[in-house]
Amino acid sequence: MSATKTRNETISASHAAFLRKQKLDKLQIRLFQWMIFVLFLVAWEVTADLHIINSFIFCSPSILASCFLEMLENGSLFQHIGITMLETLAGFTIVIIGSILIAILLWWNPKLSRILEPYMVVLNSLPKSALAPILIVWLGANYKTIIVCAISVAVFGSILNIYTGFVTVEADKLKLIKTLGGSRLDCLRLVVIPASMENILSVMKVNIGLCLVGVIIGEFLAARSGLGYLIIYGSQVFKMDWVLLSIILLCIIAMLLYTGLQRIERMWKY
Amino acid sequence: MQPMLDLSHVGYTYHTTAGETIALEDISFTVEKGEFVAIVGPSGCGKSTLLNIITGLLPLDTGSCLIEGVPSHQKKNSIGYMLQKDHLLEWRSIYRNLTLGLEIQKQLTEDAKIRISNMLRDYGLYEFRNSYPRELSGGMRQRAALIRTLALSPSILLLDEPFSALDSQTRLNVADDIGSIIKRQGITAILVTHDLEEAISMSDRVLVLSARPGRLIASHKIRLSITDRTPRSSRNAPEFRDYFNEIWEEINDVSHEDQE
Repeated sequence: MSATKTRNETISASHAAFLRKQKLDKLQIRLFQWMIFVLFLVAWEVTADLHIINSFIFCSPSILASCFLEMLENGSLFQHIGITMLETLAGFTIVIIGSILIAILLWWNPKLSRILEPYMVVLNSLPKSALAPILIVWLGANYKTIIVCAISVAVFGSILNIYTGFVTVEADKLKLIKTLGGSRLDCLRLVVIPASMENILSVMKVNIGLCLVGVIIGEFLAARSGLGYLIIYGSQVFKMDWVLLSIILLCIIAMLLYTGLQRIERMWKY
Repeated sequence: MQPMLDLSHVGYTYHTTAGETIALEDISFTVEKGEFVAIVGPSGCGKSTLLNIITGLLPLDTGSCLIEGVPSHQKKNSIGYMLQKDHLLEWRSIYRNLTLGLEIQKQLTEDAKIRISNMLRDYGLYEFRNSYPRELSGGMRQRAALIRTLALSPSILLLDEPFSALDSQTRLNVADDIGSIIKRQGITAILVTHDLEEAISMSDRVLVLSARPGRLIASHKIRLSITDRTPRSSRNAPEFRDYFNEIWEEINDVSHEDQE
């Protein structure tokens, strides 16, 4: 048994001091993080008000706030956020389910995986934004193009990562299943998939961000609504408040999606 | 009486792009019911290949391998295999690790569950049945791996260097522990190891393989003049050193010949 003291035991004075210092350090870090944020906003607002920077181009926190409230009132804000979120989640779901299924297929059939390897490598290293204009021609300027765009950004890397996770499962664990009389399906279901859960979750965390990138690329080119559309349209008509507000909202959405997955990941850990 | 295991003229050749390697050549021996046989030899002598052939994981090239008179590949489930590491599945509780084999073979009946619970009690793991492998010590994990194998009531137990992943202190204890369980249950066992002391102290008979290609060069029936023989007490027997020296020379003579 380890000698670590648990929380409900009495703690020594030196350990209490250590804990106090740790808490203080944490507080200090939080304080500085907020200070940077607040100082940035204040500096932005003040310089804009004093006409040191041009608020028409650079906007200001107060303009952004009123723009936010206005869009909140007329409901367009939620429409744009909703569309972007929906497209991202749709793309993400298809990517995850699709790449797990394809990775299983490649694991099941090593020869197939060797045949397809060069294609996967090429498709994975291709800059996917180059595909977007073709997608519009093929699928039209609609949500389908945007979702396929999101899928194309994330899916190849996702397949490769999940597949690599599958094949690096300890060979002896598979041997164990075989010595217990198990089939290849037993290997997959009892060892490969459960052993890869952690890897799949971390692949998901990367992919949710990539899908959002894909959706924005798609919306730049082929949308009538969504935050990507708002950015492109706003910059064309010099509505910088729309552009900046959309970027800020994207930051928040990306963070929420990521922490959501992180929460699921923590729940999974036994 | 029919032997439990009967190998005759078994050979095996590995093929790679670089060429072919004869791993085993003309191996013949039998193992009686309840006997504990150890196989030793220099590294790369094909010890593990031999076990893989007996389990049916590798197809037989030449010769025959009979378990109770039936070709081994038709009797796959009568063989228990213990690997170098315990390979308990980290995401399953100890209990669910032990039922793994029964689950795979769809034999997880109420009777089997009771049997597993009894084994857990007998081997002092009952209070850990709901723990996860990482909460157990190395020795306990290896014992759990043994129960997992024994749960399928195999006719032969194969041990492929089952203690090599443990530190030397635990190693002796675990070898003693596992050895006693096997003896007590009267299980037929084949132990593959490169540790001569381990082989002599645990087994009734030691088979010596030569360096590649693996051939059977000697067989020693271990007779120790001590009462209450356990793996640990065997090490104090007066004959222990003699067996050790003799086998050690056999292995080294052959490897020297090969180098010349």
